[in-house]
Amino acid sequence: MNLTLKVWRQKNATYEGKFVTYQAQDISPDMSFLEMLDVVNEELQAKGEEPIAFDHDCREGICGACSLVINGRPHGPMDACTTCQLHMRMFSNGDTITIEPWRASAFPVIKDLVTDRRAFDRIIQAGGFISVPTGAAPDANAILVPKEESDKAMDAAQCIGCGACVAACKNGSAMLFVAAKVGHLGLLPQGQPERHRRVLNMVAQMDEEGFGACTNTGSCSAACPKEISLDFIARMNRDYFKASLKEGFKKEKKAGSDGA
Amino acid sequence: MALTLNSNIPSGSVGQKWGKYKQDSKLVNPANKRKYEVIVVGTGLAGAAAAATLSELGYGVKAFCYQDSPRRAHSIAAQGGINAAKNYQNDGDSVYRLFYDTIKGGDFRAREANVHRLAEVSVNIIDQCAAQGVPFAREYGGALSNRSFGGAQVSRTFYARGQTGQQLLLGAYQALCKQIAVGGVQMFPRTEMLDVVIVDGYAKGIVVRDLVTGKISSHAADAVILATGGYGNVFFLSTNAQGCNVTATHRAYKKGAAFANPCYTQIHPTCIPVSGDHQSKLTLMSESLRNDGRVWVSKKKGDDRAPAQIAEDERDYFLERKYPSYGNLAPRDIASRAAKEACDDGRGVGSTGLGVYLDFSASIGRLGEDKIRERYGNLFDMYERITGDNAYRVPMRIFPAVHYTMGGLWVDYNLMSNIPGLFVLGEANFSDHGANRLGASALMQGLADGYFVIPYTLGNFFASHPQNRPTEDHPEFKQTEDIINARVQKLLSIRGKRTVRDFHRSLGKIMWGKCGMGRNEKGLQEALQEIPALRQEFWENVNVLGEQEDFNQALEQAGRVADFLEFGELLCYDALHREESCGGHFREEYQTEDGEALRKDDKFSYVAAWEYTGVDSYPELNKESLVYEEVKMATRSYK
Amino acid sequence: MTLIARFFNSTLGKKYIMAITGFLLFGFVLVHVLGNLQIFLGADAINEYAELLKSKAALLWGARLGLLTIAMLHIVTAIQLVRRNRAARPVKYGTSKAPVAASLSSRTAAISGTILLAFIIFHLLHYTVGVINPEFLLLRDAQDRHDVFGMMVRGFSNPFVASFYLLAMVLLCLHLSHGVSSMFQSLGLKSGAYDKVIDRVAKVAAAGIFIGNCAIVIAVLAGVVK
Ligand SMILES: Cc1cc2nc3c(=O)[nH]c(=O)nc-3n(C[C@H](O)[C@H](O)[C@H](O)COP(=O)(O)OP(=O)(O)OC[C@H]3O[C@@H](n4cnc5c(N)ncnc54)[C@H](O)[C@@H]3O)c2cc1C
Ligand code: HEM
Ligand code: HEM
Ligand code: SF4
Ligand code: F3S
Ligand code: FES
Repeated sequence: MNLTLKVWRQKNATYEGKFVTYQAQDISPDMSFLEMLDVVNEELQAKGEEPIAFDHDCREGICGACSLVINGRPHGPMDACTTCQLHMRMFSNGDTITIEPWRASAFPVIKDLVTDRRAFDRIIQAGGFISVPTGAAPDANAILVPKEESDKAMDAAQCIGCGACVAACKNGSAMLFVAAKVGHLGLLPQGQPERHRRVLNMVAQMDEEGFGACTNTGSCSAACPKEISLDFIARMNRDYFKASLKEGFKKEKKAGSDGA
Repeated sequence: MALTLNSNIPSGSVGQKWGKYKQDSKLVNPANKRKYEVIVVGTGLAGAAAAATLSELGYGVKAFCYQDSPRRAHSIAAQGGINAAKNYQNDGDSVYRLFYDTIKGGDFRAREANVHRLAEVSVNIIDQCAAQGVPFAREYGGALSNRSFGGAQVSRTFYARGQTGQQLLLGAYQALCKQIAVGGVQMFPRTEMLDVVIVDGYAKGIVVRDLVTGKISSHAADAVILATGGYGNVFFLSTNAQGCNVTATHRAYKKGAAFANPCYTQIHPTCIPVSGDHQSKLTLMSESLRNDGRVWVSKKKGDDRAPAQIAEDERDYFLERKYPSYGNLAPRDIASRAAKEACDDGRGVGSTGLGVYLDFSASIGRLGEDKIRERYGNLFDMYERITGDNAYRVPMRIFPAVHYTMGGLWVDYNLMSNIPGLFVLGEANFSDHGANRLGASALMQGLADGYFVIPYTLGNFFASHPQNRPTEDHPEFKQTEDIINARVQKLLSIRGKRTVRDFHRSLGKIMWGKCGMGRNEKGLQEALQEIPALRQEFWENVNVLGEQEDFNQALEQAGRVADFLEFGELLCYDALHREESCGGHFREEYQTEDGEALRKDDKFSYVAAWEYTGVDSYPELNKESLVYEEVKMATRSYK
Repeated sequence: MTLIARFFNSTLGKKYIMAITGFLLFGFVLVHVLGNLQIFLGADAINEYAELLKSKAALLWGARLGLLTIAMLHIVTAIQLVRRNRAARPVKYGTSKAPVAASLSSRTAAISGTILLAFIIFHLLHYTVGVINPEFLLLRDAQDRHDVFGMMVRGFSNPFVASFYLLAMVLLCLHLSHGVSSMFQSLGLKSGAYDKVIDRVAKVAAAGIFIGNCAIVIAVLAGVVK
């Protein structure tokens, strides 16, 4: 099939970007979306034009590197599917496809379709962990975790850190990403000792990074390739409330500052 | 110049070595640990675990990865599970059994002492990960759940749905994040290591390129740890991530580190077949599918009927036929080769003829579609996304693909290469898997190396060597930077006609065709003609646009492919020299009458550690002979 | 950070403020509509009710002050959040499609809120302060109470005024149809089991307010109440 692509091209953060139109010819429906871009890039290079930059690595929907807004929707039209797993049979001959980077001030564009998502790492650094120095763990079966809780924790833990939630949210909010980690660790008995500090510190970092506030529009969960549920956002709201009450009158402590 | 390869295995019986090592090893005074700087390249299971743990101990750590976040290392993609000799199922597992299975699975080409240590620490790994909050599968009572995996006869595999690697990596990543937050680890994402720097015979640093700004710079340290994963992408198509590369280990090889057993590459039997030339990667489908799926092809050659039209008695369930006791669960190399044989025989399925059926209709009939959906729903969904087929209705089509590389930089018992101060962990070393890795053992090894081995062996190394860390102004660094700069400039100045990807694809075709699942002398000789020719063309005709000091993905890839073009040749040399079949290395000349691998223990029970002698010259072969004190060598039989 | 600072400075805290003030405003509107519906019981009932409400000046002003504070908090916090959210997403996507799965009411909360503010100002000037129709405040009924009944009838007999009220009620309904379930989410009171019940109660309440209020306006306009 033949397609018209409107692709965002931007040299780097300091340059203005713009849409450039390309034709993608003879695209097989068996190609993945990124393989289609590979083909376009091969042709561009043959013509002496710089290829379109886009993030990708595993190409099997798990690393969270790939990140395109396709026709206005992060990761494209298919539910529960990353861009790298999206296949061209979802499109028809003659379609025009608009391809853009994630848009959020906390995710500045590095080049073309590539953005800087280190803000997510910094949020995890602020508290998205359970402190257990290597070697300090008890026997694994000494901590029993009810299957339901463990399964629910796994639902949240599946987050691949892609940032589609932020890209989809009209407020550029990172709530779903943060809530997924808070939920994953907060549901497990191992995560209890740091539960309050974790949520307070992660939210503080989230705010510091310039993500927007959640107004419960729900786009994030709909765009999330791992279908992380909005319930985790509610859970985090609740956790933060409790934590604020409990720790509210203590002095602020940065995670981990009291020893490694 | 032949190398002296001392494996430095502690004395004593195999079960006592590691305990004795730990007792005897020298310690670094806690107050002095701060003064040591360690570079960890790679943030997969091995790298992230090492960086976090070493930082907890007090060492200053700098960690590097080429992805935008350490969380995206390719360990994230592992699906099936991780082994540990916990014997929670009370089914007769033990450290010894895991040790034995790993040695046997590796076709008696691994080092006993290392493997035993791996089995010993496997139990600590599960404890550590569970405490970190890895949401392993559990029983209703809250205890951990296990499954049997990859042909093991005990249930020792721990898993987190189909995303075990992801969850383990996130656990290690989070531990790493904590150390980053307290300033113990300095993290350099989107930074690619392009060379290791050796000062007075010791590894003392690396040269890197910042992939965003394109700047080339140096980092000095007291020791360098490479945990950069496997080289499966030398085949172009593999289950590895697009960025997986051999650069770090290959450059270390070129600086004098021995590269061991590069020809041991593992082919995974259950991957989604290639659909055309545009294919950029192959997707693995968890091996667990073989628990309920039956593998078959038509008995007739060139049979292009739809699978439903092929009657039961016209089908060849070849794994069940050839390996009655293991059937569809035969080990990876055996299952892969059997599929290849069927396809070579003209009985392959699908439009390319490169595929076999994996059929669930019997299980669906027996257990019901819901049960199958519960077990493999996400895999069936993934299959449908990629192929457009509904595997509840029509059999899946699968084909083997390159998946894991057992070979890697040679290391001793300390996981140190023959260059002092250069340590190699995870898939990047030649590791504990011999000629073939068992399912769910790579995750185990990566974490064992990172959490539980390197903290001891590195301390021992530091405590027994004087500390003298050079600064980045040392001429060795400047010189290496100049060489790297010149190479980058060269790549950008060729402006030829073919893209990097095109060269990579060509290399892959040679490698897969002539050094893939089945290898023979003629093919390897041809490959050894074709690869240098392709490499020459690359350096004359590659087209890399853009600039050095910019985000330039084509340039990144060009550097990696350039290294593969050298490394592929080494792989073929190794495959050619190893005149036997063992594990992932199958030489067609060496097989039994009924097509099974024929090992030559008298001649080849050694580690082949290759030493670099120049780009276009034959590398020097060094041998570390393998001594089996505990286990008796036997023929691997899965009949 | 203290508890208070955390509530006023963090995005999650601000959302609690939105939710709590929103809830109180919602409560007010709910009570208000029930009070207003007494118009259907005749002039005597509603005038009596209005008299009762205003009988204790301290209580009245206390309530007014409280309401004003709540409204101000709601509005100021809303403005802060909207500004923050705009800044977090400075560049729009090239396609004009609405963000995936976001309902109209959720996307337009700020707009519906702003128009509501305009309505409330108008409404106060209209019936409470008496700037628009100063004569309204002077109306007296047979018992010499403020003739609230007469005031409403006169007020809504003007089709322009009535239409504006109706429009405002549409927006109120829109605002609440998102707001009422949203506040449970913001306070973390939603999780699985009761979600559906909460959503249903929210919808019924929003619809009830809408129907009740509109009924008054339409009844006057249609001459049913006079
Ligand atoms: C699809 C798939 C499924 C698998 N399933 C299983 C399973 O179920 N069980 C099991 O035990 N094993 C499994 N494996 C194997 C296992 O996942 C890997 O062997 C293991 O994760 C390797 O870990 P690692 O830490 O050595 O390397 P990786 O996780 O590959 O990490 C390599 C790191 O090195 C960095 N790096 C590489 N080169 C450079 C460079 N030049 N400069 C800077 N950084 C660099 C990367 O950024 C990355 O951080 C699977 C593998 C694949 C591909
Ligand atoms: C005066 C002007 C008003 C403005 C500018 C305004 C604005 C807003 C905004 C921006 C939100 C956040 C939307 C969201 O969370 O999705 C909100 C929420 C809400 N508003 Fe208003 N609003 C106004 C008046 C009102 C009134 C009069 C009521 C009640 C009758 C009300 C009830 C609510 C409720 C219940 C919420 C939900 C709180 C939450 O999301 O947690 N608002 N408002
Ligand atoms: C059609 C619907 C409505 C009708 C018929 C109505 C009617 C009235 C009347 C008659 C009064 C004056 C009472 C008196 O002076 O004794 C009043 C006051 C008031 N109304 Fe409404 N109202 C409506 C909707 C609303 C809405 C939606 C809001 C808020 C969002 C609101 C907020 C107020 C306020 C704040 C006052 C002032 C109360 C005071 O005296 O302090 N009204 N309303
Ligand atoms: S919550 Fe979903 S969309 Fe957001 S980062 Fe995680 S996986 Fe991606
Ligand atoms: S889309 Fe945005 S508004 Fe909240 S529910 Fe999701 S973060
Ligand atoms: S490339 Fe890894 S998730 Fe898409």
